[in-house]
Amino acid sequence: MRGETVIAGVGNTRYGKHPERDKVDLIVEASRTAIADAGISKDMIDGVFVKIANAAPTVLYGQKVSEALGLQPKIGCALDQGGAANVSLLTYAALAIQAGMIDVALVCYGDTARTGSRAVYHRPRGDDALVGWYSTAAGYAMIHQAYRQRYQTPDEHFGIIAVTARAHGADNPDAHLRAPLTMEDYLAGPYVVEPLRRDDCCLVSDGGAAIILMSAKRARELANTRAVPVLGVGQAQESWEVHLRPDLLRTKAADSAEMAFRMAGIRREDISVAQLYDCFTVTVLQTIEDYGLAPRGAAGARAISEGIGIGGWLPLNTSGGLLSETGTPGLQLIIEAVRQMRGEARLQVPSARFALVSNQGGSMHTHATLILGQPE
Amino acid sequence: MTTPQPTLTPITRPYWDALEQGRLTFQKCEECDHSWLPARECCPACLSPAWRRVDARGNGRIVSWVVYHTAYADHLKARVPYNVAIVELEEGPRLLTSIVDCEHAALQVDAPVQLKIVPEHGVSLPLFVLSSGSRP
Repeated sequence: MRGETVIAGVGNTRYGKHPERDKVDLIVEASRTAIADAGISKDMIDGVFVKIANAAPTVLYGQKVSEALGLQPKIGCALDQGGAANVSLLTYAALAIQAGMIDVALVCYGDTARTGSRAVYHRPRGDDALVGWYSTAAGYAMIHQAYRQRYQTPDEHFGIIAVTARAHGADNPDAHLRAPLTMEDYLAGPYVVEPLRRDDCCLVSDGGAAIILMSAKRARELANTRAVPVLGVGQAQESWEVHLRPDLLRTKAADSAEMAFRMAGIRREDISVAQLYDCFTVTVLQTIEDYGLAPRGAAGARAISEGIGIGGWLPLNTSGGLLSETGTPGLQLIIEAVRQMRGEARLQVPSARFALVSNQGGSMHTHATLILGQPE
Repeated sequence: MTTPQPTLTPITRPYWDALEQGRLTFQKCEECDHSWLPARECCPACLSPAWRRVDARGNGRIVSWVVYHTAYADHLKARVPYNVAIVELEEGPRLLTSIVDCEHAALQVDAPVQLKIVPEHGVSLPLFVLSSGSRP
């Protein structure tokens, strides 16, 4: 699988608020950009892979999206894996391409959770709502609490993730939230669900994103010199609800990373730039540690002492991540990794060789990992 | 907005009925001895449908907790700020609950807690208090 599939084109809408627009129209806008970026005609696409929306999800969604794109694909489907879905969809698309089932795949996502329905984020959590168990943030607040108790973590170790993301998103014209954040601002932020402060929590955004996949061979035939090879993919699913998993601070992210690094045939220290799913700040610290990039409990201290900006120890979320660019789940991280590998990023990491992407969903229920390399 | 009510099915009703009678119960597998919450038809460890319902002794420890400062539903407005905690029973099963009759500053990981069943909006809820003698 290593290097046999490439990301041939990427596209996205502006992120933030798109009142009175349909999420499928946002997908079409992003797809049109990705198709042009790949230099293909629309009708070459014979696989359409879409992540279900958070705002008002519906059945047969893959077909609704295909209809709007004017496509009758061989494979057309929607996946629910929460925020891990986009890397997972890319993986299934790559497998279908390698199997010869399809030629060119579109992986896409659009949502209007900001101006449309955001009920999914605030929902009562089954019978546990009787004791007051509501909202997506609360599951992460449980993990954040367990983390700071176990490692005696200062608040600044979480804050550095938010402060850096906001600095990286500040000049991104597509970003939802471009206002910079100081550590003082972070520490003064009100609690959402304690111990989570306002700026520990990702945005809820409208927007659309899309990528085009094909075989490396096909990209050569089309003379696409900016095609970015998929070197490694991994998945592993914790699945247990937060309170039922034996250790709140261990998920299957470690297994997902191991699969991806083994496939890519590279070491952890070979990574030049990382786009890690930052739905909440603790998620980034835990992902860094699950991935073996820092010892347990040490990710925040290392981020502060050695830096996670351009030129730092681990250049992280260079377009702003979910905390600044957009809260839409995950596809924007893949797109930014592609731009880094092409050397076209707005905040470019000099001579970046390998890019790492994490996607995860639920309350760390699901996980997927992607490793990209430079164009041939 | 209405107050949530438990989902009552043949598999969940006995759990809520027992709480009404002052007992917290969980399921224990006859095949592999695994104990679990919430109610399921089959053991999640070995998938056996052979299990019995067991009374918890009511002792546990705090795994983690959060404090809500905003009410996501009307029935919670009078409780804000309130905590939701993960408690692991000494028999093994875990549940989401609330630690009552204490300051939030007194909560900590691994603190021992004891069951206190509290009626709220017509439903008996399995809440907990810090065990006497436990130090914050």
